[in-house]
Amino acid sequence: MPVQKPGSTDPLVVRNFCIIAHIDHGKSTLADRMLQVTEVVDPRQMRAQYLDRMDIERERGITIKSQAVRLPFVADDGIEYVLNMIDTPGHVDFTYEVSRSLAACEGAVLLVDAAQGIEAQTLANLYLALENDLMIVPVLNKIDLPAAQPEKYAAELARIIGCDPADVLLTSAKTGLGVREVLQRVVEQVPAPMGDAQAPARAMIFDSVYDTYRGVVTYVRVIDGRIGTRDKVAMMSTGAVHELLEVGIISPEPIPCQGLGVGEVGYLITGVKDVRQSRVGDTVTTATKGATQALGGYRDPKPMVYSGLYPIDGSDYPELRDALDKLKLNDAALVYEPETSLALGFGFRCGFLGLLHMEIVRERLEREANLDLISTAPNVIYRLVQDDGTEITVTNPSEFPNGKVSQIFEPIVRATVILPTEFVGTVMELCQQRRGLMLGMDYLSEDRVELRYTLPLAEIVFDFFDQLKSKTRGYASLDYELSGEQQADLVKVDILLHGEPVDAFSAIVHRDKAMSYGTMMTVKLKELIPRQQFEVPIQAAIGSRVITRETIRAIRKDVLAKCYGGDISRKRKLLEKQKEGKKRMKMVGRVEVPQEAFIAALSTSETSSAKKS
Amino acid sequence: MPFGVYVHIPFCASRCGYCDFNTYTATELGASVVRETFHRHLITEVAMAGQQLGPVPADTVFFGGGTPSLLGAAPLIEILRAIDDHLGLADDVEVTCEVNPDSVDQEFFDQLRQGGFTRISIGMQSASNSVLRILERTHTPGAAARAAQMARSAGFAHVSMDLIYGTPSETDDDVRTSVALAVAAEVDHISAYALIVEDGTPLARRVQSGQIARPDDDVAADRYELIDQLLTDAGFTWYEVSNWSRAGGQCRHNLGYWRNDQWWGVGPGAHSFIGGHRWWNHKHPQTYVQGLLDGDPRAGIEQPDERQRQMETVMLGVRLREGLAIADVPDPKALADLVGKGQVLVSGDRVQLTASGRLLADAVVRDLLGD
Repeated sequence: MPVQKPGSTDPLVVRNFCIIAHIDHGKSTLADRMLQVTEVVDPRQMRAQYLDRMDIERERGITIKSQAVRLPFVADDGIEYVLNMIDTPGHVDFTYEVSRSLAACEGAVLLVDAAQGIEAQTLANLYLALENDLMIVPVLNKIDLPAAQPEKYAAELARIIGCDPADVLLTSAKTGLGVREVLQRVVEQVPAPMGDAQAPARAMIFDSVYDTYRGVVTYVRVIDGRIGTRDKVAMMSTGAVHELLEVGIISPEPIPCQGLGVGEVGYLITGVKDVRQSRVGDTVTTATKGATQALGGYRDPKPMVYSGLYPIDGSDYPELRDALDKLKLNDAALVYEPETSLALGFGFRCGFLGLLHMEIVRERLEREANLDLISTAPNVIYRLVQDDGTEITVTNPSEFPNGKVSQIFEPIVRATVILPTEFVGTVMELCQQRRGLMLGMDYLSEDRVELRYTLPLAEIVFDFFDQLKSKTRGYASLDYELSGEQQADLVKVDILLHGEPVDAFSAIVHRDKAMSYGTMMTVKLKELIPRQQFEVPIQAAIGSRVITRETIRAIRKDVLAKCYGGDISRKRKLLEKQKEGKKRMKMVGRVEVPQEAFIAALSTSETSSAKKS
Repeated sequence: MPFGVYVHIPFCASRCGYCDFNTYTATELGASVVRETFHRHLITEVAMAGQQLGPVPADTVFFGGGTPSLLGAAPLIEILRAIDDHLGLADDVEVTCEVNPDSVDQEFFDQLRQGGFTRISIGMQSASNSVLRILERTHTPGAAARAAQMARSAGFAHVSMDLIYGTPSETDDDVRTSVALAVAAEVDHISAYALIVEDGTPLARRVQSGQIARPDDDVAADRYELIDQLLTDAGFTWYEVSNWSRAGGQCRHNLGYWRNDQWWGVGPGAHSFIGGHRWWNHKHPQTYVQGLLDGDPRAGIEQPDERQRQMETVMLGVRLREGLAIADVPDPKALADLVGKGQVLVSGDRVQLTASGRLLADAVVRDLLGD
């Protein structure tokens, strides 16, 4: 049994750290080894990716991800330390969540594949960790691989964080080599948490997860004071007060305890049912004699990318609404409101943190609620200054006014691309095409560079990552963070079918790209929309000015000139099928368009780019 | 109401690349089915029809396939005799046999004529060698004309030629030559079908792989108009969307299908429509024969309901020159619209397709049926 008890642990023996790593660089395996080295998991129950799989562990009526694991570790000095390993989400869309996880730590293990070197997102998270004054423990993993180049990448890491290459630890999480040394280094180098044990309690929420059985499970790091099971707690951003049903730590199963003291990490269960009532970054205090000053750094999650989500089968709309309502309980950043589209029927306009967030939400809706969905092209938020000086915000092309706009501002990002030198030219070209502004380029090692660009977010949102991957054979990695806005010459391009605009295809694009967007869509629709009994023009227009046009010629022959030797049933069934198909046609003016054509037009751009990569 | 008998002969010497009909070459047949004795099975079904229906003299009999001529005259005549024995034949019965120009000679026609056959339908398809090659037909363009000549010498007053148009590589001149050749053979009936690329055929695979261009609907429309013009000039009149004839040359058997008359289909995969029921036999000759042995060769049966019957009436009737009775049009509003678009015209109490309407017949049907 561990000597140190939760709630009464001396902060001096606490070490809070996270692991910064790129996907596939061995974070889960390293975590497994740490569980073994510290003996918190019975060897007989040990299995691969122990923490990752905990979400299916429901025996205890609680769903736990690997948010924070408490590991008792007897160091070389014979003292038992408490190591809290805090998980960080690994993607650009969740920079804010990452920053809160990092803020809960004093140190970070920087884990890099010794055969691949550092990746852009890892680098971005590393910078974030350095900004938070975290102590960095550099580790090269997978040194047992034949392709490992420990000298090369140790030098790369040393250059980036400014240490001696000899200080970079070498491990193989697979074989267990060097894992104890990593923990020992954490004990030695990561500072113990500092906080005022006598002050009113202040704990920072670094994650908040909805569990079907227990309601919201809130993960906190105590900064000052103590939170005990007898306390009522208050959320400082809203002042809302909640009963504390349970306080506990994860080690690596949830273990209820009496309380959490300075520097400790654990979970709170209050019975609230919506993660919006327990938000990442918020400060938890006690309801009586609570703190008056919240910890800094709280931010409301703000959607950056908007897209329409529609059920492919219109009758699934109520299911989609229910699924969104349910998902919202576990996703504080998700916003949505009903929207109607001429082409796609009833759906929702949804706001996301970014593209990955959008994909995750869509995937969860499809998988968990068993829905087939179609999403419209993602949009960023535009700020428009109209001629009369008033400002409007546009997240949907349909809100874009025709004329009377004096200035348009679009969000921009600071993007970092790490790639092999041989692709520098290609990637610079790509960034150029996407209206990028080069900020600089650094050599990480002889054959790897870091490129820095300012790019419009809208350009990133439009298949930039796919293009980047395909142009670098998958070797480039990308990270970006918002860096304000810029004025841009943007226009709304409408797509007209027989003179009628089709809402789902309108897009806000740079004036120089209006033509290529218009051509792409009109050509695509020409292929997808069946011929009618009259000629149908498909036009792309900016306001009332048509910029490109395709024509679907009138159909001349629609007769099956064959009799099938008296097989009237077959002919009748064919006719019944055609009539059924006609019912599912959407009318755009006089033009009959199969729903599938709209869906194909919206999805082919995704698939064609996926094919290339 | 006229009553017809259709007899399906499911054999071909080789399979044409575009064909998805229910037919088999020698190698595709199972060991238990022997071409030489197969007509006896058909006669078994004829006897079965006689038992069920009692004497109902057939107004028309049609031997289709497959390639009926491949069997030779004697088995075909034997089947016709059986129909006469079990059901009876009307005094003015029309008895048609489909033939492949490859598998006929003068003696074959003479025997058929003497055996009671009255009409020959020849699969000519095209006068163009390159088109015939793409269709994987084995005969030469001249063979069809010679076959027509032989049939006429044998005393057949009614001879028909089947044409296929819209085959990739076909030119307008190919179509002119084909029609001219058929007309010159002094036939009294010509059918012209647009080439359809049916799923699962060798042609479909060659189109898929890009070896052959996909037939173009606009070209097919042009060719249809050309054929209609050429035949009209030669004194033929259209009486069904894909069929033209000289006076008295209409195929009464096929009219029965379009007019919703009754018929019994004998043979593998054959369809029947009697007493408001439609049924169809097992498709493969082996399973068909097994079914016969078990006393029921049918694979499925249905009784179209009121709405389906109405659909069939519109779908079939509108294709005929005589058209559809106004009373049979389910959606009078659609009628006004179609007349406005020039796709149909009303003559007396009949609704008829115009020239442009014929090419859009399926769309017209959908409109006439409304929602």
